[in-house]
Amino acid sequence: MIVVAAVAVVLPFAAALIGMLFGHTVSHLLSPLARRLRTPAPGASRRGALVLARRMPANGPALIAVLPVAASTVLTAVLAADQLRDPATHVGTLTRVPTGTASVALSLQVDGLVSVVALLVCCVALAVQIYSVAYMRDDPRYSSYAAFVSLFTAAMLLVVLSGDLLVLYVGWEVMGICSYFLIGHYWHDRATSRAAVKAFLVTRLGDVGFLFGIFVLGLAAHSFQIREIIGRVGIMSHTALLAGTLLLLCGVAGKSAQFPLHTWLPDAMAGPTPISALIHAATMVAAGVYVVARLYPAFWFAPASLAVLGVIAAISMLGAALAALAQDDLKRVLAYSTISQLAYMAAGLAVGARDGAVFHLLAHGAFKALLFLGAGCVIVAVGSNLMSAMGGLRLAMPVTFWSMTIGFAALAGIPPASGFFSKDTILSQAWKAAHDRGAPPAGGRISLEPLYARPDLQGRPAGFVAVKAKARDLMGAPVPDIPSWVAWLVLITGLLTVVITAAYCTRTWLVTFFGERRSAVRAREATPLMRWPVAALAIPALILGFFGLGSAELRPEWGMAVISLLCAAAGAGGVYLVWNNDPALDPVRLLGPLRPVLRAAFYLDTVYDVAIVRPVRALASLVVHADERVVDAGVEGSGRGARRLGGLLRVTENGNAQAYVSGLFAGVVLIVVAVVVLT
Amino acid sequence: MHLVYPVVIAALLFAVGVYGVLARRNAILVLMSVELMLNAVNLNLVVFDMRWADRLHGGQILTLFVIVLAAAEVGIGLALILLIYRNRQTVDVDRLRTLAEGDPDPEAGSMTDDEGVRR
Repeated sequence: MIVVAAVAVVLPFAAALIGMLFGHTVSHLLSPLARRLRTPAPGASRRGALVLARRMPANGPALIAVLPVAASTVLTAVLAADQLRDPATHVGTLTRVPTGTASVALSLQVDGLVSVVALLVCCVALAVQIYSVAYMRDDPRYSSYAAFVSLFTAAMLLVVLSGDLLVLYVGWEVMGICSYFLIGHYWHDRATSRAAVKAFLVTRLGDVGFLFGIFVLGLAAHSFQIREIIGRVGIMSHTALLAGTLLLLCGVAGKSAQFPLHTWLPDAMAGPTPISALIHAATMVAAGVYVVARLYPAFWFAPASLAVLGVIAAISMLGAALAALAQDDLKRVLAYSTISQLAYMAAGLAVGARDGAVFHLLAHGAFKALLFLGAGCVIVAVGSNLMSAMGGLRLAMPVTFWSMTIGFAALAGIPPASGFFSKDTILSQAWKAAHDRGAPPAGGRISLEPLYARPDLQGRPAGFVAVKAKARDLMGAPVPDIPSWVAWLVLITGLLTVVITAAYCTRTWLVTFFGERRSAVRAREATPLMRWPVAALAIPALILGFFGLGSAELRPEWGMAVISLLCAAAGAGGVYLVWNNDPALDPVRLLGPLRPVLRAAFYLDTVYDVAIVRPVRALASLVVHADERVVDAGVEGSGRGARRLGGLLRVTENGNAQAYVSGLFAGVVLIVVAVVVLT
Repeated sequence: MHLVYPVVIAALLFAVGVYGVLARRNAILVLMSVELMLNAVNLNLVVFDMRWADRLHGGQILTLFVIVLAAAEVGIGLALILLIYRNRQTVDVDRLRTLAEGDPDPEAGSMTDDEGVRR
């Protein structure tokens, strides 16, 4: 299994390397073949040859990009099927790199969580690669674009499959740089290149904390291997755990675009739409949540970190949903909804619904990739990102319309689409956490420490599982030791966000696909290569929710399901009623004076600009000023001074040889006089 | 003959030579003044050779050397002056300022400004 996983990681990496170096060479090699296919051989069916020729264009970079990802998809599907049949944790180590203290193991780890996330990554990457072949067809730099997508896929698979935190960090950083390059694909546009730099710097800010978090955890556990760290959380000092997990949260907030560090994500929409689908919706931004899920036992034993995560998630969830409501750019709506949905996952982790969060991660990956790719189809058809230019596309683009309808239903949490089930799991767990904390059981706060003080549990990887099983015996599902107000906060903002999510989904859906056509462009359905990945992603977006029914933890709880359904119906219904009054107008007009505030996402960018960017720039210009006026001036001044001093002596050097000789003679006279007088 | 007469004459000759070297403008006259100084030295050498009257007559021999050297020096000096005249159309030593470095120009940073002959 480990070999399969390793091959799955290496294939896209090799594809990136080959694509970067030989993409166009392959095109040249293929072109005679394609030409021969286009001119039908005698005897062969003319029609068949034509179809083949059309199916197999002489596009080397596309072939190099698509085929390895397809192979990786198959391999990860094998991994997932194997885990489904026989759940077990496989760890394979290639070699250990000694570092002096805890060694770095080049290892991969495969278990249930890993395999399903890897499968999601590969599926989305495959869909995006196929979609990009059509979407980026006329782009002169398609070859490097496809290679970067491949490299990104390899890095994400490395993050998912890595068994060692430092190896994970390598993939994490490679993802960051790929994200930078891909956002900045249209670098000649100034706004785009600025967005790329912003994304890179903001996520980098979080990554610094992340790296130190890895160090703290790894040194406390004397190992960087995830399995061993998890095995030793019970015997680590509480301070190290708390510090390590809080530092990790910095990186998580940066990568998953949570509250203080989220501002890069909406700007990142300046990149090509498939990139938004792959990186900034379905996979990379989920990496932060995934890492928390992966190291969940460490967070479990540092409940303060989980509480912080919960508060961050609550703020991001509601704020981003409100901001999404007022955007006019279709991609920015989806970007803010991504922040909001990632916050759901983070909130789920904060209240103990680890499986629910991962479930939502999978569902979100599917439906958000679907929504972005669909949005790409719409944008290509209309020729604008703005919703004020869309409308009435329902009949012109049926496949996109129905696929995106499923996507929006999943996003808003309307059954039977997947989002309903996953969101409900998180909300019901939040209810449980709030409720149980509110009325503590007889023992007061549930303390898990005594279990870990037992020597027979110490240092065993199974320790967490044992605790979990024990806790479940007590009250059905484990609830971490977070303050009850955090759970209440998560629950209430979660429900509010359901209302707003439904509202902005309905608004976007109605404004885009219904009503009058707002632009003169005659919209047509996208090409098949773009249409079918969207339609294919609609299937998991629709049915993924039912897979959760098999697990006790993921089954929806009816009480909470009804409440959240009512909330969603309230939001959607409200927007529908407003829209129905006058379908030509945007329902958001009702927000009135709030609209510009929400549209600018509470002016957080402006606040950062005033509070951070401008002081830093002022400081920088001060430093430049000091450099020019003090340091440089000192150096130049000393030079000028020496020159001026030399100028005094230079007066005598006037080029008149007779003056020189006069000096010489005067000197001789002086010496003679001195000799005569002194002797 | 008292020693003082030729020595005073030599001193006067030397003074005339020094004056010529320091004050004349014509390069040929400067060269001639150098010759005057050399001859003052020669006179001294001969006078003191007579005074000491050593067996080898080192003073007179040295005088011969100086005369030869002076002839060679004048040859070279005249050749230089001739070439300078051909190149510059002048033998006025006040106008031959090429030895000087150019005007100090701190902003441009160039040390030499070979404009000594520009008028």
